[in-house]
Amino acid sequence: MIPGDTFNNQRCYHHKDFHQSHHSHSNSAIDGVSIEKSGTREIKVVRRVLDVNDKMAEQNRRLFAEKGIFVLNVMSSPGSGKTTTLEKTLAQILPEIKSAVIVGDICTTHDADRLASTGVPVVQINTDEFGGDCHLVAHVIEKAASTLELDDIEFLVVENVGNLVCPAEFDIGEDSRVVVLSVTEGEDKPVKYPLMFRECEVALLNKIDLLPYLDFDREKAIAYIHQVHPKMPVFEISSKTGEGFAPWIDWLKGKIKAKKK
Amino acid sequence: MHEMGIALRIVEIATASLPVDLGAARVTKVNLKVGKLAAVVPESLRFCFDVAVKDSPLEDAILAIEEVPVVAKCKDCHAQWTIDEPVFVCQTCHSGSLEILSGRELDIESIEIVEEEKNDSG
Repeated sequence: MIPGDTFNNQRCYHHKDFHQSHHSHSNSAIDGVSIEKSGTREIKVVRRVLDVNDKMAEQNRRLFAEKGIFVLNVMSSPGSGKTTTLEKTLAQILPEIKSAVIVGDICTTHDADRLASTGVPVVQINTDEFGGDCHLVAHVIEKAASTLELDDIEFLVVENVGNLVCPAEFDIGEDSRVVVLSVTEGEDKPVKYPLMFRECEVALLNKIDLLPYLDFDREKAIAYIHQVHPKMPVFEISSKTGEGFAPWIDWLKGKIKAKKK
Repeated sequence: MHEMGIALRIVEIATASLPVDLGAARVTKVNLKVGKLAAVVPESLRFCFDVAVKDSPLEDAILAIEEVPVVAKCKDCHAQWTIDEPVFVCQTCHSGSLEILSGRELDIESIEIVEEEKNDSG
């Protein structure tokens, strides 16, 4: 599920492996101008634009593997209930599982303040320091993780910036990705943002306590999810009432246990 | 949404790719491959690129974007096809077990450069 496993990062690059383009050939043939001195040349670069991020993400992944920490990247659109879901999740796994949180927001420490009340170490990242980014990148995670006592952590959850587009594009060195979709959003979000739903391992369908008051068609939403990501596990939850949390917590505990040293 | 960061990174990579032994050189064109499944909007990237190249060896360079289709291969029946709508299910056997062969690219393929004219040329 992590980008890079299959079709990214398999390229090498050759800085100086350049050759003349056909423009140069014609120039040099006609007026004998040395191609070393003038004319257009094409230089092969063949390099992923995000290669620096990908390398940093691999470095993070190695560090977390060494420490036996399961890292979960939680993504969704703004207002889907990521923070409330994490508060409820932490309440159910603490103190059994030693956890820490990295929270990304463009501005404010509101989410971090809420999560800190659960008693876990929380690092807030405000991306405006990094240009108001709409997503978290690997080097920011590395910096945030360096402020945590990693030897005392089994589970590190990263609450990404609320956005269904860009965070899916950036590997941060996580083990797994979760997308939260709430029933107050459209059923067709998965097909509008297919990359996000393809890149995530599981989906949480949140705010199901509101279903009686909405026209939201949950079967249609799940069908759309499975259209872009066949067989994707979908946990239907209410982070307000706690309904439906048991299978989600079981899934999470299984992952944490598998990674633990 | 993060096209400006990508544009700046393209300028950085292209500048670093200029051969050191060539003296003053200008990049006239950057050939970029963008997969349809990459979270990048070509128009937006071109706009950002035009801003990002100011005062760099890429000033006035063209950003040539080749959009790469999403091509999938079924892991069960090995059918291969181009995905042009968000349906990631095999059209032949309806399996959902796919390998994405292309469509996630965001790669600089090459740059085209021209050496600056010198007074004593010829």
